[in-house]
Amino acid sequence: MKHIPWIVMALIGAASLAVIGFSRGEQISALWIVIAAICVFLLAYRYYALFISSKVLRLDPARATPAVYRTDGLDYVPTDRRVLFGHHFAAIAGAGPLVGPVLAAQMGYLPGTLWILAGVVLAGAVQDFIVLFISMRRDGRSLGELIRMEMGTIPGTIALFGTFMIMTIILAVLSLIVVRALAQSPWGTFTVAATVPLAMAMGAYTRWLRPGRIGEVSILGFIGLILAIVYGQAIAASPFWGPLFTFTPIQLCWILIGYGAVAAILPVWLLLAPRDYLSTFLKIGAILALAIGILIMAPPLRMPALTQFIGGGGPVWSGALFPFLFITIACGSVSGFHALISSGTTPKLIASEADAPVIGYGAMLMEAFVAIMALVGASILDPGIYFAMNSPAAVLGADAASAAAAVTAMGFPIGAETLIQTARDVGEHTIVARTGGAPTLAVAMAEIFAHVFGGPAMKAFWYHFAILFEALFILTAVDAGTRAGRFMLQDLIGLAVPSFRAGTSMTPGIVATMLCVASWGFFLYQGVTDPLGGVNTLWPVFGISNQMLAAVALMLGTVVLFRMKQDRYAWVTLIPTAWLLLCTVTAGSLKLFSADPKVSFVAHAQRFSDAAARGELLAPAKSMEEMQRIIFNDWVDAGLCALFLAVVLSLAFFTLRTCLAARRSAVPTTLEVLPDTVPAE
Amino acid sequence: MTTLLTRLRDTARLMVGQPSYDAYCAHMAEQHPDQPPMTRMAFFREREQARYGGKGGGRCC
Repeated sequence: MKHIPWIVMALIGAASLAVIGFSRGEQISALWIVIAAICVFLLAYRYYALFISSKVLRLDPARATPAVYRTDGLDYVPTDRRVLFGHHFAAIAGAGPLVGPVLAAQMGYLPGTLWILAGVVLAGAVQDFIVLFISMRRDGRSLGELIRMEMGTIPGTIALFGTFMIMTIILAVLSLIVVRALAQSPWGTFTVAATVPLAMAMGAYTRWLRPGRIGEVSILGFIGLILAIVYGQAIAASPFWGPLFTFTPIQLCWILIGYGAVAAILPVWLLLAPRDYLSTFLKIGAILALAIGILIMAPPLRMPALTQFIGGGGPVWSGALFPFLFITIACGSVSGFHALISSGTTPKLIASEADAPVIGYGAMLMEAFVAIMALVGASILDPGIYFAMNSPAAVLGADAASAAAAVTAMGFPIGAETLIQTARDVGEHTIVARTGGAPTLAVAMAEIFAHVFGGPAMKAFWYHFAILFEALFILTAVDAGTRAGRFMLQDLIGLAVPSFRAGTSMTPGIVATMLCVASWGFFLYQGVTDPLGGVNTLWPVFGISNQMLAAVALMLGTVVLFRMKQDRYAWVTLIPTAWLLLCTVTAGSLKLFSADPKVSFVAHAQRFSDAAARGELLAPAKSMEEMQRIIFNDWVDAGLCALFLAVVLSLAFFTLRTCLAARRSAVPTTLEVLPDTVPAE
Repeated sequence: MTTLLTRLRDTARLMVGQPSYDAYCAHMAEQHPDQPPMTRMAFFREREQARYGGKGGGRCC
């Protein structure tokens, strides 16, 4: 009897999916996707998460969690599950689930939707949940330590190194998105720049005037942000201030690198903490507003279900649906980075093992919902506008007329005047070749928000609000990520040179910070100067690395299941592991060995090397020096892909070895930390 | 209503790394009555440094 409402929900979900899947040629409402997603997520939570909790992991609500047996009121605090859900969701949701689906829309809305739904239920949420479980049973230790405990020291070190590289790529690609969104946009640049003094004022306020008053200072800061957006328009239009805030991508790249280096060594209360308040609350608010806006507006999907680019050859990113769609949408379906969060602060705060499903599995479903909204956002735009914004300048040419012609030739008819009008509506000079996903999402959000509040006259305000919201939390991530990367680097170098460890003196910290900034700065510069727009090159590398980290986390899960002697349920992690390995190893190999220079870094390098040897210049290089730089960058990217492949394959080997050893043992060999062995604080 | 507001406030504060000071004081009173608890200010600073100092790991992509 209790299953009847769930059966009804399954029928509604199936009907919505049928509408999404079988509509061709006519536009359907975005609500079908939203309804299908909600039904799938609730059913998955009700049945699959329950199955994992009770059968696979055998959660024990009576067993004390680290928050209980180690409680100290600081790191270890038993926390209400609703409060903790908010904390965990705010920590996992970032720019990833907003950008990936927007880029994936080049294949139409159908492939992305299906991958988000299937990926999160079977892989992403499982990964988050199981890592949370593993960490929760081991004193809330971090992913690297867990791998060291269950698999050995070498795999632990490999994983730590892999994580640092992934962090570098993430920081570079996030900064690149900011550069693409702010280039030649004085309004956007001014509002984002204004957040720096604004945050510092907030920092001073919480330091000296009203210490600890987060709510108060956040409201004041929010008012400041709105004023910055409002006055940004006048600043951008001013003949004096406008040019001062107009930067080329290369200038912005250097500004960001300098910013990252300085921000990461400033005291945290001055800039990082107050800006994190703004970006966190703005993020949650904007996500809620977007959900409400989509429900009220119920926009039709104008992007076709499938485009001709599913076979490859798309302008936004290269490669065919398999494997590249599955690495383009990483966060939202399955994100390896979450393994770091699920083994970070959350397992130290969880009050009861019974709360683990809603935190681990549930919060990830919520993030998938954010990804679905981003996909809907990209799909409600005129496909002509979508491709004019997301194709590289090398394809589109310099102005609206050439871009309109190029996009029309792709089969998405659009007039130059529509592109010019859209740019004018959102208060920008141009929307052509604004790659990176963030501007596209901002146009969509402006469309939705203006429909609900303010009408067309407010579009420019909402567009810049959306850009600000994305740039703000990306900058916070850059700053926090540089600090985290610095400690990882100090730990890694400290393995060889113990005096380099944290806490000894100032110098290693500064050196490690600079090394960290230099490594992401290198990839950022490479992306910014990349004639194909950079996103084209860097996003797949990011996707591959992130999915590989997910595969590593799921391999850890598999090892733990085998060592718990739960072999018969190991398919829960083995299936997603196998799928992720298949996608990432195929994608990584194609990036190295494909004959198509658009897909493979090596083939691309060879094509340019051959031309350089003949003394020819290949577009877009304008000099031999540029040719050499393109070749060098290709080899660096290829080396990086090879490195990621080596990391994941070696860890797969260690996983296999550990699982086989566990099978030979008759008793569980897993190394859980038992509550009564830890003395109370 | 007040519990809902308290919970919302706690959620918002924990999102930026600030756990409940009251819970901390309760813990100190119960487990370590001999030690004076940190002041609200010191507690705030300590948690701020713990979240943003870098050791806590990065935020997500």
